[in-house]
Amino acid sequence: MRVPLSWLKDFVDIDLPAEALAERLTLAGLEVAAIAYIGVPQASVPGLRYPKSDHLVWDRERILLGAIREVKPHPNADRLVLAMVEIGGGVIEQCVTGAPNLFDYQGQALDMPLWTAFAAEGAEVWDGHSDEPQRMILKEKPLRGIPNRSMVCSEKELGISDDHDGVILFHEPILRRDGTPFAPGTPLQDVLGDVVFEIEFTPNLARAISIYGVAREIAFLLDLPLRPPSFDAVMDGAPLGDAVRVEIRDSALNPRFTAALLRDTKVKPSPEWMQRRLRLVGSRPINNIVDVTNYITFEIGQPLHAFDYDKLAARAGGGAPTIITRTPEPGETLETLDHVKRALEPHNILVADTAGALSLGGIIGGAETEIDDGTRNVLLEAASWNYINIRRTMTTQAVRTDAGYRFSRGVHPSQAILGLKRGIELMRQTGGGQIAAGVIDVYPNPQPPIKVDLPAREIERLLGVRMSAAEAAGLLRRAAFAVEIDGETLHVTVPDYRMDIGEDTIGRADLVEEIARAYGYDRIAQTLIADEMPAQRGNPALEQEEMARDVLAALGLREQISYRMTTPAREAQLVPPGLASSLPLNPYVTLANPISSDKTVMRKTLLISLLENARHNARFTNRQQVFEIGAVYLTRPDDPLPDEPRRLGLLMTGRRYPVSWLGVDSAANVDYFDLKGVIEGLLRGLHIRARIVYERSPHTSLHPGRSARLMLDGKPVGDFGELHPLVASAFELTGAPVYVAEIDLDALLGFSPALYPITPLAVTPPILQDIALVVTEETPAAAVEAVLVKAGGDLLKRCTLFDVYRGDPIPAGHKSLAYNLVYQTDARTLTDNEVASVHQRLVKAAERELGAKLRG
Amino acid sequence: MQSQLETIYAQAAAELDSIASGEALDAWEAKYLGKKGVVIELVRSVGTLPKEERADFGKRANAIRDALMEAYQRRSESIKAQALAADLEGGAIDVTLPGRPRQMGGLHPSTHTLRRFYEIWAEMGFQVYRSRDVEDDDTNFTLLNMPPHHPARDMQDTFHTTTPNVILRTHTSPGQIRAMREFGGEGTQPIRIILPGMSYRFEQITARSEIQFHQVEGLAVGKHIRMSDLKGTIAEFAKRMFGQNAKMRYRASYFPFTEPSMEVDVECFLCGGTGCRICKYTGWLEIAGSGMVHPVVLRNGGYDPDVWSGFAFGMGPERMTLLRHAIPDIRYFWGNDLRFLEQF
Repeated sequence: MRVPLSWLKDFVDIDLPAEALAERLTLAGLEVAAIAYIGVPQASVPGLRYPKSDHLVWDRERILLGAIREVKPHPNADRLVLAMVEIGGGVIEQCVTGAPNLFDYQGQALDMPLWTAFAAEGAEVWDGHSDEPQRMILKEKPLRGIPNRSMVCSEKELGISDDHDGVILFHEPILRRDGTPFAPGTPLQDVLGDVVFEIEFTPNLARAISIYGVAREIAFLLDLPLRPPSFDAVMDGAPLGDAVRVEIRDSALNPRFTAALLRDTKVKPSPEWMQRRLRLVGSRPINNIVDVTNYITFEIGQPLHAFDYDKLAARAGGGAPTIITRTPEPGETLETLDHVKRALEPHNILVADTAGALSLGGIIGGAETEIDDGTRNVLLEAASWNYINIRRTMTTQAVRTDAGYRFSRGVHPSQAILGLKRGIELMRQTGGGQIAAGVIDVYPNPQPPIKVDLPAREIERLLGVRMSAAEAAGLLRRAAFAVEIDGETLHVTVPDYRMDIGEDTIGRADLVEEIARAYGYDRIAQTLIADEMPAQRGNPALEQEEMARDVLAALGLREQISYRMTTPAREAQLVPPGLASSLPLNPYVTLANPISSDKTVMRKTLLISLLENARHNARFTNRQQVFEIGAVYLTRPDDPLPDEPRRLGLLMTGRRYPVSWLGVDSAANVDYFDLKGVIEGLLRGLHIRARIVYERSPHTSLHPGRSARLMLDGKPVGDFGELHPLVASAFELTGAPVYVAEIDLDALLGFSPALYPITPLAVTPPILQDIALVVTEETPAAAVEAVLVKAGGDLLKRCTLFDVYRGDPIPAGHKSLAYNLVYQTDARTLTDNEVASVHQRLVKAAERELGAKLRG
Repeated sequence: MQSQLETIYAQAAAELDSIASGEALDAWEAKYLGKKGVVIELVRSVGTLPKEERADFGKRANAIRDALMEAYQRRSESIKAQALAADLEGGAIDVTLPGRPRQMGGLHPSTHTLRRFYEIWAEMGFQVYRSRDVEDDDTNFTLLNMPPHHPARDMQDTFHTTTPNVILRTHTSPGQIRAMREFGGEGTQPIRIILPGMSYRFEQITARSEIQFHQVEGLAVGKHIRMSDLKGTIAEFAKRMFGQNAKMRYRASYFPFTEPSMEVDVECFLCGGTGCRICKYTGWLEIAGSGMVHPVVLRNGGYDPDVWSGFAFGMGPERMTLLRHAIPDIRYFWGNDLRFLEQF
């Protein structure tokens, strides 16, 4: 909300620089998001920093309040006139101007001067004709033969607004706070200069969403006296009598409804001072009746609604209207002022009459009974509404108004009568007429004020600040709480407008917060927790996960983290056409309000994240080796909340080695065995001792011949291998083959032991031998190794495949597998005979179980 | 024989003098002084001589052998010294050629920052508690003092799912309720935890705002937890995160689940508080929202708010990472461009 300093000063005397005030408000929770300067300079406050403003500062010598005494025709130009501007001391300056809003005054005698903004030669102003902000210095320059060295200014030229349709013009003298008019020649800074704060209100600050509300906070924070506006109205018209009746059907939704009647008034433009203020807060002036409802909304935070009384009477068949507030009938509709015809919902609350709905209570008026230029009798409504219900209606009806915003944050019923009286009186003052004597005030269940008992020790318990009951009472009284002290307990009565203060325990916490705000958060000491330390539990699941990250990074992979939202169509690309999906079959966790069409559900697989990132990165690099650890989301039939298992995804594609001048094969691409090496490294890094088996993978997103399923102790843990070529092309990854893995991280880490023993270092010498076996092509390497390891028993310490050979002299359909073998005992040195015998056992076992032949 | 001895001696000595390489020296040694070397053979041949010649010949042969061995040692050392000198002088490589690249992996910047959080908070006795991303509305809002349609819900635009009452958590605070109920022993046990996790907000994705972000929430519940402890604890964190001279500012604020609530700023560590683009010329960077746990939340966690109290705070690791590395666009985080990731 925009809060002009000049308006605040109606209610509280502020002599702090605007910047210091903004800081104080911000520290107290009324965040000043921006400060706009109108003509006045930015102050420099020691110890405070804020962005330097580049606004125009009005030269106090050269930019002045001017009084146009006469508008003369230009002798040589139809589109120019000569404004004769008095600038004090009887000096009249002649300004040549093309301002269209002066043409009407040509040749007329001006009994009352037109007040304007005058800039003398040498003054700096914005160039009104430039589209880009551009400053200029006024210089003497004849216009169509008439000398000209000064000017009358538009709002744009002075940086007030973008308006350049005419010069600033007031028909009424501009008054000082004491009611005396400013004289011609007064520096314009003193007349129109201002500072406007943009304040953002958190939801607990409903009481402050108005100029007076902010002033009240300032008075509280700075301990200054507060000057409330006048709530007196001259109600000397004929009695209200039975001119209107009001009926509240549900006082929980509409706790109070007040109304007053202004008769024989005239709808016309608001006074210039009111228009000026409305423009400062961003409200467009319309006419005095509508403007007053807005003005009161901004000034004290109580929204008002004005009806054309005669239209109501006509709807009542010429009789006295009855206003009814109620929820809608089934199927009821309402066309609101924004020309939207609304289907009403059961929770909406309406202001209606006997003929039907009039307005959406507290939010927006109806089109039918609105004020127009011919309105003579105005029925003014000031009501209060249940804030939860108003917010709900604004959400479901998708409508946002200044009134609805305030009611949805909470406006106490006590404010209705204040707003009503101040509003109807301002309407009378600006439009004339008589206010009917008496008001309608339907207020079925006024609540007694909230009382809270606060023991002073609560302040220390919650804040860590030792404070006497008297000091605490002093701070609360500044905020208009009524406090009685009884020993060490404060009996506090809460001001009615403080809807944010609760009762009992909550009320005590609320009051402690209020005391902390008044005391100043900065004054609260910094201490360390003296309380007992809770049981330390650790988080083994996280520690293991972090270990997996470290192992994968050490293996050379780069971690990525992706959006967890995708679409079913995106994930469907993981299934080659014509094949069954290997993705989880659970229905998706589907967003009801997706932010964009490519993020509609929560992912069920990490492969989608890996491949889409790979597609992106393929534009920049020919080498990708990445991993991701994160949740996938699997709905469950018996629980509205999904399962969120952790997954590990791996992706490798492109060059195996970074480009180098050092003779590695820098053109070689990674293959299945690079990925498998990473998986083996991970299993080693996690110290997994389970029985590790690699089976062919049935995962349809993978190449059937170049993919595997990792089994640990017989349990499937993940699939990995070359991406199915059709899937690769669906992701436009048609260059080097892509290798991916998706592993159930919870299952994998379940095999990682918390403790693992090391192998003691042998002191006996190892005996190294090689063995080469010729087997059929179909024999898996793992089977050969298994036979060797089994036959080698305790003596065979290590068995490492170092060569696979096909071709002469190995017969076709066969291959030779060569292993390094390490024989060793822990106790003693092996004899040659022992080694020969176990080696022979290996050869025999391989012949017997695999049909292998020892290669000569 | 004697003359042959002298001839060989002269020849060997002359050859040795002309030797310049290690290989030639080795060959010379084998030829004269090796097991079957000429000189060694001669020394051995002493037994074949007539008795009266043996003593003289043997003496001379041994002397020649020793002399040659000594000369060989000298020569060997001199050749080594020459080779060393030659290598030191002439064996230079182009030291500006690039090194042999190593395959280097690494962690996502958010992980780095999260780990820093875990570390610092663990030192202060805060342990990591994680809870789910997809939450129910009650735990995310209502139990945190935000009943349905409450205006405080305006502060957190929410992703809803097609399952009624199921949403994506808008903050990690629902974990407070889950942790209090899990670890609180029906409101009898103190708690000190941090809750890291991904949170989601229904917002436009721009350079400055994301729909998905990590949050690290902190929660301490005890019988003597005060707002001064909150200030002191966060200040301690800031010192370790941003340096011992980190200056703090505390602003009153509002969160439905804390009271009193406050925002914590740290003096801009990029400009030292003099004002820069990053801190929007205010000199301050917002690092945490925090406050004393609201009585309603304590009660919903199973605690008696008249006896127990607590504080809570929430921080954004991506935002801190962004500031520390001058990252211009928050979309870099989940964009996973390797050119970005490889800079960490």
